[in-house]
Amino acid sequence: MLEIRWHGRGGQGAVTSVELLALSAIGEGRFAQGFPSFGPERRGAPVAAFNRVDDKQIKIRSGIYNPDVVVVLDESLIAMVDVAEGLKRTGTLIVNTTRNLEELRANITFEGRIAVCDATGIAWKELGVPITNTTMLGAVVRMSAAVKLESLDIPIKERFGRLAIKNQTAAKRAWDEVRIINEG
Amino acid sequence: MGKRIGMEVAVAASEAAALCRFDMAAVYPITPQSHIAEHLSDIVNDGRVDASFMTVESEHSALSAVIGASAAGARVITATSSQGLMYMNEIMPIASGMRLPIVMLVANRAVSSPINIWNDHSDIMPMRDTGWVTFFSDNGQEAVDMVIQAYKVAERRDVMLPVNVMMDGFQLTHMVEPLIMPDQEEVDRFLPPLVPYATLHPDKPVSMGTLGMPDIFTESQKSKDVALINSISVIREVWKEWEELFGRKYEPVQTYLTEDADVALVTMGSMGETAEVAVDELRKEGIKAGLIKIKLWRPFPFEDLKNAVKGIRVLAVTDRAVSFGGPGGPVCSEIRSALYDEPSRPVIVNYIIGLGGRDVQVADFMTMVKKAAAGKLSEPYEYYGVRG
Repeated sequence: MLEIRWHGRGGQGAVTSVELLALSAIGEGRFAQGFPSFGPERRGAPVAAFNRVDDKQIKIRSGIYNPDVVVVLDESLIAMVDVAEGLKRTGTLIVNTTRNLEELRANITFEGRIAVCDATGIAWKELGVPITNTTMLGAVVRMSAAVKLESLDIPIKERFGRLAIKNQTAAKRAWDEVRIINEG
Repeated sequence: MGKRIGMEVAVAASEAAALCRFDMAAVYPITPQSHIAEHLSDIVNDGRVDASFMTVESEHSALSAVIGASAAGARVITATSSQGLMYMNEIMPIASGMRLPIVMLVANRAVSSPINIWNDHSDIMPMRDTGWVTFFSDNGQEAVDMVIQAYKVAERRDVMLPVNVMMDGFQLTHMVEPLIMPDQEEVDRFLPPLVPYATLHPDKPVSMGTLGMPDIFTESQKSKDVALINSISVIREVWKEWEELFGRKYEPVQTYLTEDADVALVTMGSMGETAEVAVDELRKEGIKAGLIKIKLWRPFPFEDLKNAVKGIRVLAVTDRAVSFGGPGGPVCSEIRSALYDEPSRPVIVNYIIGLGGRDVQVADFMTMVKKAAAGKLSEPYEYYGVRG
């Protein structure tokens, strides 16, 4: 079972990301959960959202404390949230950033695999807004193999309608451009 | 035979109500039920059911409004949670006393104070004696199925009682997960149109909910009690029919690996599945653990429970609400009472768990079983994992 934790700020679409990823896995005939960090949310405040993906029925309904993958939608969070908390040593940290490893090391001590993607840059270019949730889905799918890239197509289409193609393009670009900066 | 989809459970439960072609909804939003309120409103606004959606200023009014509509012969729905359910409390026995087949979805949440929006069962437990049939769902599929089953049970002439369907707030309501959404055609076959027993209509005046003098009040209360007790056979019948049509089995008490179990956990609601994983893990360690899941809280399934506990040495009952100053959690005191007259019965221990969103993990259930198996707890009940 693959467990993913997403970090974002209220309004950046972390909950939409987990929903789209869960729907993509379910669309493949597999099993998934997508859920927010339960509770009140405020626009701009740090939030988390979660996914479980498996080939068999998922029965566990408790929280996720030791994820296989952590995704950071907003790099300003790394200075205020311990984004790698509980992340498995064999897991992957994926950050939306243009910073290099040395710069990230000021805030991130995680010794495992770290990947980065300029999702904000891609989102500005492809969507015209700095909303990175669908873009980062491409990076997450590439790094985690949670689902096939094309499995994102139908959930994105159903969610975004005529804007779907732009979101699909952004996700595909992130899939191409995400790169590992620390093998771990 | 339905379609496998991924959907947020609150939305899926609302979709299930739409498949039942409700005529009228009156809902006041409250976290974590809000997505149900929003989605029912969308369904009506989009014309997907021929229904009216009444916006009300409170839960007291929401339930009062569906009582009125139900008395006029409409198939109705409402939904609430926590303080909202507490505010409905005054109206709940009126719905059952008037024998109205209302269906209500409850997104279970703690009650104040302190203010807490997270999941436990302290909202529904005080409603125990209001005369409603009460289902507890474990997962999204059960929430969807139980909404449809609820109408069938409620509207049976030999029941005619309101039914509420529990789904744990957030843990279920806010979870996107796979489930099979039945087809409209299947639901139409299962659930015939409502033919009301009596309706409020100006052309044929009747009185409902009138004064009951001392010479009739006791009889009215017994009549409601008998109807609720007898509804269990209808519930069994409806669940049997459901299994035949949809292939998913429902029982008032569902057991998991209890046949040879030495120690069994008892759960209600969404933690049952996590407890199942704990049972699997305990079995790997050589501990003969089992699990009993209660799906029907009212009418309480006494016979099913007695059968389920046969041969079990220790029963670890979990409660997600407190009966302050009482004999233990409400589920546990019910079970103790149910087994009191049995010639042999398990040792019963009681854990209060998962209050106000406190997470309970697989390892926690394993600890509870091991501790229970080792001997009776020192207290009549234990607040598992409490500080101080």
